[in-house]
Amino acid sequence: MERKSNWKGWLYLSPALILITLFTLFPIINTFIISFMKDYNYSSGANQGFTFENYGIVLGLTPLVPGEDQTRMTEFIRYALPNTLLITFVTVPISVFLSLMIAVGLNRIKKVRSFFQTIFFLPYVTNTIAVGMVFAQIFSSTGLFNSIFGLDEFHWLEVGQTTWGRSMFLICLYVIWTALPFKILIFASALQNIDKQYYDAARIDSSPRWKTDLKIVFPMISPQILYVSVTSFISGFKEYNAIIGLFNRSYTSDGNLSDLYTVVYYIYDQIQSDSAVRHLDYAAAGSVILFVIILIFTLIQMQVSKKRVHY
Amino acid sequence: MEKDIQTHLTLIIPHRKGDIKKTEKRDRILHVLSLIVIYLFLSFFAFIVIFPFYYMIAASFMTESQLTTGGFFPTDGNILENIAFNYSHTVTNEGFPYFRLVLNTIVVGLGTTCGSLVITILSAFAFSKLEFKGREILFTIFLATMMIPGEMMVITNYITMSNLDLAYADQNQFQVYLTLILPFLCNVFYIYLLRQNFKQIPNELYLAAKVDGKSDWQYLWKVMVPLAMPTLITIFILQFIESWNSYVWPRTIILSNNPEFSVLSVALRGTAFRYLDRLDQWRPMYTWQMAATVLTTVPLLILFIFFRKYIMRGIARAGIKG
Repeated sequence: MERKSNWKGWLYLSPALILITLFTLFPIINTFIISFMKDYNYSSGANQGFTFENYGIVLGLTPLVPGEDQTRMTEFIRYALPNTLLITFVTVPISVFLSLMIAVGLNRIKKVRSFFQTIFFLPYVTNTIAVGMVFAQIFSSTGLFNSIFGLDEFHWLEVGQTTWGRSMFLICLYVIWTALPFKILIFASALQNIDKQYYDAARIDSSPRWKTDLKIVFPMISPQILYVSVTSFISGFKEYNAIIGLFNRSYTSDGNLSDLYTVVYYIYDQIQSDSAVRHLDYAAAGSVILFVIILIFTLIQMQVSKKRVHY
Repeated sequence: MEKDIQTHLTLIIPHRKGDIKKTEKRDRILHVLSLIVIYLFLSFFAFIVIFPFYYMIAASFMTESQLTTGGFFPTDGNILENIAFNYSHTVTNEGFPYFRLVLNTIVVGLGTTCGSLVITILSAFAFSKLEFKGREILFTIFLATMMIPGEMMVITNYITMSNLDLAYADQNQFQVYLTLILPFLCNVFYIYLLRQNFKQIPNELYLAAKVDGKSDWQYLWKVMVPLAMPTLITIFILQFIESWNSYVWPRTIILSNNPEFSVLSVALRGTAFRYLDRLDQWRPMYTWQMAATVLTTVPLLILFIFFRKYIMRGIARAGIKG
């Protein structure tokens, strides 16, 4: 009986095992190896042995061979990494704070609560690319936003005419918009699961409602706050679709957009570019760096949570 | 408990002496005021959330000149004519063969969800009810893969697909489907979710089925699956949404030049909606682009309205447990 189910378990798992080995485990190891390969050619697999050069180039430490396209080589350290950090550290705190406020608000009302909840959840189901294009339309130089606020011919996102700062502002705005629904839902359902006793007890002590929220409710949902912060830091580091939605990629052939690179954007551009300049080894190095960043942040947040999070 | 509150209250009220009515009134006013503030706050953000959806639809009802001068309501021209003009040109656009794209997106979505449901059910069953050596270690390895950013997989999967001769410029429709479905058939998060659900089903049922002479296989499909139906529906919908909205992998792997082989979000972003005017010049048509975004978004919104409870409950539960 025991032995029988021993092979049975593996049998039931076999499809998952085959797929996870082929498309998850092997790629992780392989990408890691590629990131250390010199002059890796993806179609033949040929390479010139192992080296740290890819990391050196991606991080801007290795001096470049004269004659190579210099801007392409320094994009990661000049644009991708700083932009990613900026987007993450601007949007995550704002969106966590806003969604917490909205969830607390939702928890206070009874009428039309589920109506509001549904509306706040809508962005989750929608296509980031599609709504990004609508944002781009609203913020186009002759678009709705400029016409309402009387900003004549103010360029938010037109390629070649836009300053980096305005584009970043728009990206952050849109990232926050897309990030809210998931967080609101998690916070709102966490708040609803809090026992009514605590509110009653606080009321009897005639503690004002905001004080109750601050001193009792927030500590009680601190595990959810931690969870949401960790996941949104991770997805912040991986921001890509929002930028593609806002800025039309098919029009970027003028090469003007590397100043809006994020880490993931850089990686995909290395994969998707023409085969002459396609550098999967740089992409691999970039993705390993991304993994390390995410790992470090997750560990830091876990450490913080040990002290601050109340379970 | 109830009694405690009562005694507590009687202790407090005399302390406030004659001010009870006054404080009550003050409290009520404060309460109403705070409610007003909360409703205003929520309405403001609800407006911001809903506005792009409104504008997407409104823009697709406008004339091009009204949209590019920042119109708010579609007031220019005959609205019904605008709708007919914009939508008919959008769905027949060369780079955006809408009905074919919807078909492709649905095939990929259903292929991914159905395949992954079967694999998820089998794996979750093995991880929750079958005893075998190395089960816990294996499950930990599965979970650990969730930590690793998908970008690392994309790089090698792209190489794998081109080495398998599935990704190249002359790829056919079937190859496109395969490349889009295969890497997403095994989703660790859903296995985890369903395993939690399976674990809650009491073992007595398993023993009872054994007594009845049912095999593990029959037990899984006749007892476990029907009991876990709500979770399965949640997984189905979440994966379908994910597949419908996915952009990165399709954009990387669909190398075919034939727009008929593409999927919605790739075609939406890749198509330049434009119009050849009388002077033989191409003019960008943003109203058509907006109509295309409506056509991409609305099917999912309809799905959401029907399955609202499953989607929201599923994500809330998944989030709290994660």
